[in-house]
Amino acid sequence: MDSRHDRAPDSRTPEPERSQTTLRVNGKPHTLMVDHRRVLLDLLREDLGLTGAKKGCDHGQCGACTVLVDGRRMNGCLLLAVALDGSEITTVEGLAGDGEDLHPLQQAFLDRDAFQCGYCTPGQICSAAGVLAEAAAGHPSHVTDPAAPSGEPVALGREEIRERMSGNLCRCGAYPRIVDAVEDVIP
Amino acid sequence: MTATETVLGAPAERREGREKVTGTARYAAEYDSADRAHAWPVPATVARGRVIAVDAAAALALPGVLAVLTHENAPRLGDPDDPVLAVLQNPRVPHRGWFVALVVAETLEAARAGAGAVRVTYETEGADVTLTASHPEAYVPDSANGGFPAVTEKGDPDGAFASSAARLDVGYTVPPLHNHPMEPHAGTARWEGDRLTVYSSSQGTSAVRAELARLFGLPEDRITVRSEHVGGGFGSKGTPRPEVVLAAMAARETGRPVTLALPRRYLPAVVGHRAPTLHRLRLGADADGRLTSLTHEVTTYTSRVKEFVEQAAVPARVMYAAPTMRTLHRVAALDVPTPSWMRAPGECPGMYALESAMDELAVEVGVDPVELRIRNEPETEPESGKPFSSRSLVECLRDGARRFGWERRDPRPRSGEEGPLLIGTGVASATYPVLVGPGVASARALPGGDFLVRVNATDIGTGARTVLAQIAADALGAPLDAVRVEIADSDIGFGSVAGGSSGTASWGSAVHEACARLSGMLAGRSEPLPEEGLVAEADTSGKADAESPYARHAFGAHFAEVAVDTVSGEVRVTRLLGVFAAGRILNARTARSQFIGGMTMGLGMALTEDSTMDPAFGDFTQSDLASYHVPAHADVVAPEAYWVEEADDHLNPMGSKGIGEIGIVGTAAAVGNAVHHATGIRFRELPLTPDRVLTGLLEHGHPAGMLGV
Repeated sequence: MDSRHDRAPDSRTPEPERSQTTLRVNGKPHTLMVDHRRVLLDLLREDLGLTGAKKGCDHGQCGACTVLVDGRRMNGCLLLAVALDGSEITTVEGLAGDGEDLHPLQQAFLDRDAFQCGYCTPGQICSAAGVLAEAAAGHPSHVTDPAAPSGEPVALGREEIRERMSGNLCRCGAYPRIVDAVEDVIP
Repeated sequence: MTATETVLGAPAERREGREKVTGTARYAAEYDSADRAHAWPVPATVARGRVIAVDAAAALALPGVLAVLTHENAPRLGDPDDPVLAVLQNPRVPHRGWFVALVVAETLEAARAGAGAVRVTYETEGADVTLTASHPEAYVPDSANGGFPAVTEKGDPDGAFASSAARLDVGYTVPPLHNHPMEPHAGTARWEGDRLTVYSSSQGTSAVRAELARLFGLPEDRITVRSEHVGGGFGSKGTPRPEVVLAAMAARETGRPVTLALPRRYLPAVVGHRAPTLHRLRLGADADGRLTSLTHEVTTYTSRVKEFVEQAAVPARVMYAAPTMRTLHRVAALDVPTPSWMRAPGECPGMYALESAMDELAVEVGVDPVELRIRNEPETEPESGKPFSSRSLVECLRDGARRFGWERRDPRPRSGEEGPLLIGTGVASATYPVLVGPGVASARALPGGDFLVRVNATDIGTGARTVLAQIAADALGAPLDAVRVEIADSDIGFGSVAGGSSGTASWGSAVHEACARLSGMLAGRSEPLPEEGLVAEADTSGKADAESPYARHAFGAHFAEVAVDTVSGEVRVTRLLGVFAAGRILNARTARSQFIGGMTMGLGMALTEDSTMDPAFGDFTQSDLASYHVPAHADVVAPEAYWVEEADDHLNPMGSKGIGEIGIVGTAAAVGNAVHHATGIRFRELPLTPDRVLTGLLEHGHPAGMLGV
């Protein structure tokens, strides 16, 4: 790199490589000077102390970092935080609504023993929340009947849930229980 | 109703469940502080050689980079028990991916950029990373993993084989396999003077503390290791790993708390893996399928860093009543990453080969494969002659056959066709030994009526906290919610590793003893408890781990149904059913999850998990989760797990055998046998990927997609 960097122990990335970014996270606005290299996952974990979203691969391969960005599920490790200025982020910590102790999915995961080590769990839960919204909005999946009417809500059977949740890996093998839990909260 | 009836065995909910579903459970990389720094390792890019120069100038010039550690400037460490922990101590590169430098920086981004800017120059040497059955450097080691003798022989297996009515002589290949827990290995270290505190993703804090004490020349009581939550391990966190050493080193060099969370793609080279195994099975039998001779020979590799021998021929010593037997391990030290424990080391690949061969024998002699196994049920443990403490394999096979609907099976291979799909079913047995380690525990009665139990267990997702509370409540005759449990802290005292399916037996024995003792103290007491309560302690050294006169093993039976697509070559497992006999099941809820989890990992071993050692670069080609395919939701249709309750007084106070590993053991063979039943083709190399299956179908004269048309 170049000479403008001092080597003081507390040196941070210099201003030209950072930008002011505002995100609403779990309903609260946060304005930060963000390193252009910082992804949403690291912003949540390192800057905001929200470690619910997990780093499993850092490459969009495992889904452990799944959060909701403007209501849609995304891999937080693949999103540069500065590109999200003005976005609304919901993490597992903010999933339960006001006055709710637990989101119905969180309760269903507890009831069904839908996890073991718990590391993929926040991502699974956020992903499931996204699945429910996508199906309600009529988004088809690979296994949706091609003859299903376009734009109508898609019924979520177990095969649909499995297909749509396949971006969220679980090495403990809690998959069948996760599908049970998602089924429990289908309206 | 006694507390025992209500507590032990009950499907109690996981105690840490709420933290896990709300994202507040903290894992090793998540202990932040204002001055915490991050580290990023630099892996070697040659398969063998030495580092002759490290140019760190460009890295150090980057903003935020605090230090670059190499073998030239890193602190000198004491000798560890495990040589894989001697990081940055010399210029030697024993395999590609071995860490040759570490960058410490203010932020993750700066650390990553710094690692990318370090320039390492190597003197390379010719490397040999390719295992073959006839590798010239293969030797017979003294012992295999677990301390088992490398070779055993009973009678004259060659002579008996030669004169057997039915003879089978076949080879099987299991590729390298990777544990890949969802949480990459991580450590956060902080020094306060000469006191070291580490948050580690390890499966056992006592072992980490002991190694750090050796490496940093400290008495153990100056080191605290905690593993409150661990995101899976499957053996790869069963021994201390380099990240915890590097984090402690970096923290000492920078005077800052340091977190090192390994990038996913670096894991295969430094956290151990299941070594590839080449199997040769020779089964001799009479015309009714009764074994006359059993030979299981295994060839595997280890690294040049240390000898680790996957004990894959060991389960043959336990399984069947063969009057003559030979089991043998050979190993070649290559320039490869050091293999280590992965879920059911030995049993998992060994039983794939043995149970595939048993299926071949069943076809050969025309005996139903369930019946063939029952016919070969031994009276005592075949190799040792010891009586079994309990052995319910036959019950598992019969119960599984009934639940699966096995009697409806048409035994003829390729007898199930549905359009382009070939349908088949298969069975395999499973076994896993009862292991147990010593440890300490304490139980404290508090004035309010609650109890506090402390034991240095680790909950890697098994539900250890929960089942230990059940064991304590049972021994105390107390309600479950009156028992608090503290675990995963080396300051509690010695606790054995969450591995070898031994955790519950080991920690539970100590908890049971402490609680029983406390119960006795309370029974004879009329005066109120002092403010600090009343405490009882237990140390099970020499007791829990005493040699048993019994052969103690869990057993199981796996059944699988597959649909083989003749167009794509894809194998789908449409049904997977396991029945297990593992003593008393202490928590029905978490036990079922563990059995199914093991079976799911076995499904991956059967169908998708494949790792290739690149012969030119000496690297695993499939080093991340995009290329190394662990099962996903869509792969796992409806696995079912059941168990046969065993009353076994020769185990531990709870009467339990371990359950963490047996679920994986027979799965791959059951699936492979089902694929043979579906296709009539015997595939002897895992995994059963579409390329292999389609090639097999074509070679056997079935034009792709044309069957059933």
